[in-house]
Amino acid sequence: MSEPAAADVTSAIQAKFPNATIRPSGDHPAVNLPITEVVEALQWLRDEQSYDFLVDVTAVDWAEEASPRFSAVWHLYSTTQHGYVRVVADCIDDVDPSAPTATHLWPSANWHERETWDLLGVKFENHPDLRRILMWEGYPYHPLRKEFPLAGIETELPDLEVAAETEAKVIAAPMMGGPFVASSRGEMNLTDAEPRAKDESWTEKSAKPE
Amino acid sequence: MATEYTVPDTAAKTAAAANQEFETEKMSLAMGPSHPSTHGVLRLQLELDGETVTKCDPVLGYLHRGDEKIAENMTYNQFVPYTDRLDYLAPLANNAAYAAAVEKLANVNVGPRVEAIRVITSEMARVSSHLMGLGAYGIDVGAWTVFLYCFTEREKLYTLFEELTGARFTTSYSRIGGVSRDVPEGWNDKVLAFCDQFLPILEEILKLLTRNKIFQDRTVDVGTISAKDAVAYGLSGPNLRGSGVKSDLRKDRPYWGYDQYEFDVPVGQKGDCYDRYLCRGEEMRQSISIIRQAIAQFPEGSYYAEDARKIFAPRKAKVMSSMEELINNFMIVTEGPQMPAGEVYFEAENPKGTLGFFIVSKGGGVPWRMKIRGPSFCNLSILPKVCQNELVSDVVSILGSLDFVMGECDR
Repeated sequence: MSEPAAADVTSAIQAKFPNATIRPSGDHPAVNLPITEVVEALQWLRDEQSYDFLVDVTAVDWAEEASPRFSAVWHLYSTTQHGYVRVVADCIDDVDPSAPTATHLWPSANWHERETWDLLGVKFENHPDLRRILMWEGYPYHPLRKEFPLAGIETELPDLEVAAETEAKVIAAPMMGGPFVASSRGEMNLTDAEPRAKDESWTEKSAKPE
Repeated sequence: MATEYTVPDTAAKTAAAANQEFETEKMSLAMGPSHPSTHGVLRLQLELDGETVTKCDPVLGYLHRGDEKIAENMTYNQFVPYTDRLDYLAPLANNAAYAAAVEKLANVNVGPRVEAIRVITSEMARVSSHLMGLGAYGIDVGAWTVFLYCFTEREKLYTLFEELTGARFTTSYSRIGGVSRDVPEGWNDKVLAFCDQFLPILEEILKLLTRNKIFQDRTVDVGTISAKDAVAYGLSGPNLRGSGVKSDLRKDRPYWGYDQYEFDVPVGQKGDCYDRYLCRGEEMRQSISIIRQAIAQFPEGSYYAEDARKIFAPRKAKVMSSMEELINNFMIVTEGPQMPAGEVYFEAENPKGTLGFFIVSKGGGVPWRMKIRGPSFCNLSILPKVCQNELVSDVVSILGSLDFVMGECDR
């Protein structure tokens, strides 16, 4: 593998951007950067360090009570050196997080940033067309945030005319006591997580009669 | 005697006098979500000037199932069947890519036999996916016969998948740290027999299209993507290579021992629909060659890694007879395989492009965040650019040549 040594890339970034810190990573070289310097760093990585391919833009929600709550993550790949680098920046605002756009560097950032806005509510400043992409325009939630329940939340249909005609709604999925495993929130409560018989009619919404 | 022609229409006259064009109205056309050429549920909101596309706005999300949210709510092992439904035309390749990503997190080394099995199944998945892509593309541009040939061959592959995994479509074959069962006796020989009879038929299929005048008219110089654009828009797989960028993770960052096998990476010259088609055709030949090499040096060994004992559910017989294995099984099923904290990103060269998994783990049996990078999602993001100023009928041709699948685009 002709991958540039991880230390080389990170130390080069640190030499150029003194505020960068090395981020613990299971595989590829990774750095933390202040969010204000990210775009400059991405451009520098693209132009000077041959990381010409933007693989992915996403964000991580570190739980409701965490601060900084959201981190934006960029993965770059070099089509000539065949190495990856991961750039992570904490978003400043925990309630209404934002990050700078990279659409002027890579057009591919457009859809990735729209998806991150859609699912996590991270606003990309100066994005030319920041609409939702997977959920419909007007959907009130950001489903990948940790407080959003797995089953979903009851919502109006996107087409109000159809909604008025049919009185149908987007409803939460019946979970029948699930999910039946530990969640990333902590220990599993075996009593609660025990699968119940399918024909029982009580769910989270209609509690079991005493 | 010269005849004088008069323009009777006064409106036209004044317009002609003022040298202005007639006001034409642009038409808005919704192509999809259920349109045969959108291969699933994609909607293209087109703005047309006559037959020319002036604006193309893809509308996604019809197949969004929240796979990333689901992944945060179940153990690593439980997510394997969900990966079938990403690129549902090559589930074997998805399973293996996902398993490899988690193995990277868990720092598990699967043995050479598992790697060989994954290479063989992934390449078979590539052939089956490209066959489907070619067949559907043929229909899109008006060549029905190709589809029938392709489906006959794909059917044979699915029969082999069924024998190996127990399922034709949603295979869920790879496990974290191995595969769900060993290769059945004699299966490799059947794969070889398939390869032998497939190559001449592949030539026949490609002959139906490669020098076909109608097919060339529909594809040559249509939907041209420059190498620069292809990289800038994050294209991958045959779509990137069709534009002349020689980028293939199997060569550039070999995983599963791909460096042991000899194969070529076909690249296009112009980056039009025809080049992308040619790349897929050649990739199938190369895949067959890889399968043959992998079977020729098929290693002995176990079909799961020994150091994956705390991840890989033990055999039923052992669970029933040994207390330790019973406890192990119980812990794996209820709490999930315990992973170290960390962040990993792994991409595999899948039929449609590079399928990537970014896993953020805080430890425990459930990922904190899992981002799936679907290659079709990135491949489609170039549509607004590439459809600009093309004819509506060429949009069909471009869509087919990008060979996307909505399952992994919408996730």
